[in-house]
Amino acid sequence: MKANYGYKDGSGEYFITVDTDLCDGCGKCVDTCPEGVLEVVENELDPLAEELVARVTEEHRKKIKYSCAPCKPTGESRELPCVQACEPRALTHSW
Amino acid sequence: MTSTESIEYWRWTESRWTNPDLDWKDADIITAGIDVGSVSTQAVVMVDGNLYCYSNMRTGSDSPDSANRAINWALEDTGLTLNKIEYAVGTGYGRVNVPFAKRAITEIACHARGANYMYGPTIRTVLDMGGQDCKAIRCDQRGKVTAFLMNDKCAAGTGRGMEVFADLLQVHINDVGQMSLVDDEPEPVSSTCVVFAKSEAVGLLRKGWSKERVLAAYCAAMAHRVVTLLERLGVENDFAITGGIAKNIGVVSRIEKELEITAPEPNVDPQLAGAIGGALFGKALVEKARKKAG
Ligand code: SF4
Ligand code: SF4
Repeated sequence: MKANYGYKDGSGEYFITVDTDLCDGCGKCVDTCPEGVLEVVENELDPLAEELVARVTEEHRKKIKYSCAPCKPTGESRELPCVQACEPRALTHSW
Repeated sequence: MTSTESIEYWRWTESRWTNPDLDWKDADIITAGIDVGSVSTQAVVMVDGNLYCYSNMRTGSDSPDSANRAINWALEDTGLTLNKIEYAVGTGYGRVNVPFAKRAITEIACHARGANYMYGPTIRTVLDMGGQDCKAIRCDQRGKVTAFLMNDKCAAGTGRGMEVFADLLQVHINDVGQMSLVDDEPEPVSSTCVVFAKSEAVGLLRKGWSKERVLAAYCAAMAHRVVTLLERLGVENDFAITGGIAKNIGVVSRIEKELEITAPEPNVDPQLAGAIGGALFGKALVEKARKKAG
């Protein structure tokens, strides 16, 4: 399942997408994120499953443009820390 | 103050219903789903996965109290009591504040599951237009979520926004959609944010626009806003709309037109989708627990 968190505003699209079929709940993205944007919880979109998956915290969903600003890739398309940390490639960003 | 000013144009009709063809006494599993939204609260009771009774009312200032009032009203005159409900699920904005619920489940999962029950297993895309936000959801033939997108940025411009507009233009909320269907479709208002749209509407009225045209411009703006959301997620047929705005033909017909797609007519109140989904998850969780217990 593709869970999109974020929004679109006048300046662009700011979405973090977690592919919950790929995510194994390892929590490496959470440990890497300097802003506390991510967390690992029970998959709330599939209440009958019990596995853990990553998501964007409620607090950051409305402001990820700002929360993630310190991580903006510089120079050659360097990957964002959370994306880099995720071995199963479950995390993507719209920017 | 003139007497017309005391009419509550925004006030939609609360309702309750019992299925005359079902008897809860024959049931094996009785479950409930309570959807406490920012604007409205629904309580649904299902017996063996079939809709038995429901209530749909306005959310009060306090979530636990709203949940209690909704379930009590749903159960009224049925002879069924809360203690006979094996599993209750809370969903919606106030889901963690349902005192008798064993579990809280996000409304995204519940709306997909509810739409699957209400419109059938061919539904692949669900648009939930609730009181304070809207969500685009993709699901499989079992009503399981496969993708979702919600616009978290601006919470305005949905059910609550429609209430504000009904009040401003002194048009009853139930008539807004129909009235907005004008022959000469105006440009949408530039903003769906309640505060901006309201001042824009006041400006248009001053310019001599009819209420109908102002409503048309607002419904069109709201439709356009959700279409962008849907297009980002990708729309796959069949497509259904749940939540209070699903009853507003002015918004629904404009969404259908923009997407060139038709949403099926609901056979039950589309505001119930979340609560129905909750009750169905309740049943699934009971079955799972029984299986485990052997
Ligand atoms: S981009 Fe940076 S701040 Fe944003 S979620 Fe990833 S690691 Fe955290
Ligand atoms: S690093 Fe990747 S797999 Fe691990 S929890 Fe985060 S998203 Fe999931």
